[in-house]
Amino acid sequence: MTAEPIRVLIAKPGLDGHDRGALIVAQGLKDAGMEVIYSGLRKTPGQIAEIAVREKVDCVGLSCLSGAHMELFPEVVQALRQKKAHDMIVIGGGIIPEDDIPHLREAGIAAVFLPGTTIETVASFIRDKVRPLAAGRRSG
Amino acid sequence: MLIIAQNDRPKSNDAAERAAVPQPEHERRCATSSGIPVEPFYLPDERTTKHDAEKIGLPGEYPYTRGIYPRMYREKLWTMRQYAGFGTPEQTNRRLRYLWKQGQNGLSLAFDLPTQIGYDPDHPLARAEVGKVGVSVCSLLDMETLLRGIPLQKVSTSITINAPAPILLAMYIAAAEKRGISADELSGTIQNDILKEFIARGTAVFPPEPSMRLVTDTLEYCTRFVPRFKPISISGYHMREAGANAVQEVAFAFSNAIAYVNDAVSRGLAVDRFAPNLTFFFSAHSHFFEEIAKFRAARRLWARMMRERFRAQDPRSCQLRFHTQTAGSTLTAEQADNNIARVAIQALSAVLGGTQSLHTNAKDEAIGLPTEASARTALRIQQIIAFESGTADSADPLAGSYYIESLTDEIERRAMEYIGKIDAMGGAVQAAKDGYMQQEIRREAYAAQLAFERGERIIVGVNRYRCADDRKPAKLRIGADMAKAQAESVARLRLRRDSNETVAALAKLDEAARRNENIVPAIIAAVKSYATIGEMCDVLRGVFGEYASTEVRL
Repeated sequence: MTAEPIRVLIAKPGLDGHDRGALIVAQGLKDAGMEVIYSGLRKTPGQIAEIAVREKVDCVGLSCLSGAHMELFPEVVQALRQKKAHDMIVIGGGIIPEDDIPHLREAGIAAVFLPGTTIETVASFIRDKVRPLAAGRRSG
Repeated sequence: MLIIAQNDRPKSNDAAERAAVPQPEHERRCATSSGIPVEPFYLPDERTTKHDAEKIGLPGEYPYTRGIYPRMYREKLWTMRQYAGFGTPEQTNRRLRYLWKQGQNGLSLAFDLPTQIGYDPDHPLARAEVGKVGVSVCSLLDMETLLRGIPLQKVSTSITINAPAPILLAMYIAAAEKRGISADELSGTIQNDILKEFIARGTAVFPPEPSMRLVTDTLEYCTRFVPRFKPISISGYHMREAGANAVQEVAFAFSNAIAYVNDAVSRGLAVDRFAPNLTFFFSAHSHFFEEIAKFRAARRLWARMMRERFRAQDPRSCQLRFHTQTAGSTLTAEQADNNIARVAIQALSAVLGGTQSLHTNAKDEAIGLPTEASARTALRIQQIIAFESGTADSADPLAGSYYIESLTDEIERRAMEYIGKIDAMGGAVQAAKDGYMQQEIRREAYAAQLAFERGERIIVGVNRYRCADDRKPAKLRIGADMAKAQAESVARLRLRRDSNETVAALAKLDEAARRNENIVPAIIAAVKSYATIGEMCDVLRGVFGEYASTEVRL
């Protein structure tokens, strides 16, 4: 088992400028021992996939509060697939109506975190999902 | 609660110091959101009482601690102004007319993100965002539709737009002119506050220097030709929403204000010529007494700053006029009905604090866009405060409260300290470029999150008193067909208009942007030729360059 830290990209797809949640999660995951990159605002799904692949992250966390999640989150998953980054997990958060979650899950978003979520919840989700993957990849 | 060291007590409150007995171990320690310690009870402060007249004074008199009008809400209630906009101009026009019929006396336009960032609805970056957080307006044609049937001579309209502020202002002026209403008859406010976009709100388009030029061009143009329009609304609100505390909200907004005033003065505008038209926008957050004190402290600080720092002579230059919105970031998706109580308490603090206009949030804003029914209930909260509670009967009813006066003094003192720090960094433009305010806000936001996670900051229904099935689905949805409809509409416009005229107007805009002259007349001409917001912003992006938010490794 490798002791390499989990690498996470926290990204803002689309035009939304609300970054409070994204920045809190980014800082929180860093304090939980992960290596974190924050994309900055206003990135296209293609740009996010590019950073994720370049930085070899284990997990991409998407934040959107503008209501564009139904279009943008699945597009990030597709962009990652095009770059053959099949084992990166993609999670999301923001102002997202609950009835949108099943659709997002189907589109490849591993989990959606709503307002009121604790950093610990997000961190342990990432650890649980990434550890087995990372262990497999790095030993193989 | 925060643990407060003895030497952090408010220095101006000797009497309170005497009243403070050693605190028993089991008792909660209390502090405001800004970390100002709260005593078990307050007594008069001997030093304060001597200076009462100078510091507190009368409503309508310098330094306006008690309000800017002698009779406050007896004479005129605050303006009930609900921020509204979604979908197409037709849809928002219907919502605006509905709100007008429900007794709302000021309009407030919310634009979608493509409009705020200067992209047409058929731009690849716009596609997923059209009509989502506001109405899509990309040309004069859309503005005409949006304002149809609304009496522009009678209504005051708040236009929340920043990077492309002069473009949306030009559209408003041109739409009115086409109906025979001249620019000097129009009243309203345009947000036009770009510094807080760099700091917190995230819709800056151009780099800081040309952005400041557009702000001041708009301010100068309004001062000369649209005199009843407030050319800027300097906003603490968005910085507060991003995590700032009450003191930072006031301090950062005023530091930004200093930058705008300096810029306008450097154009040769006399301070008393434009200062009476400056307006502010603050949040009404959860700590009830701190918020009331914040509004009072802000008024006094502004009055003193305008008189002492900028040598303003006109009393109106020293009067802080502000809009308030209840704090969206305090609303919860869980047990959304609880939000009605939160909003009512926050709105009450704004009224007790002497606001000039108010937006009360709808209960479902942590879930999605408000429905017609929830938007109506939000407005009713204000009407209940105005007509049932008696709060509006007497100006600044909490004046003289030992607690409120002590908090007012302390917020003013701490805000002045911050302003001094930012001055020493070379002012707000430089400090924002260096990321100073951004860092301060992030630190506060993160600390608040940790306090919430440790259970020290209680949010009812979220980390206490939870119950099953407490989330409700969002009702109002903006379909994907919206982007298609708006994209088709702008395509039709491009075919219908006289393209020679548009091309010539855009070329003139390019020249004006390159020259050292006020850009607003060239924008008005381009708007009248039915140039789109994307076309105009592309010209400006070409001349000014583009601001890009960069990737960071934490």
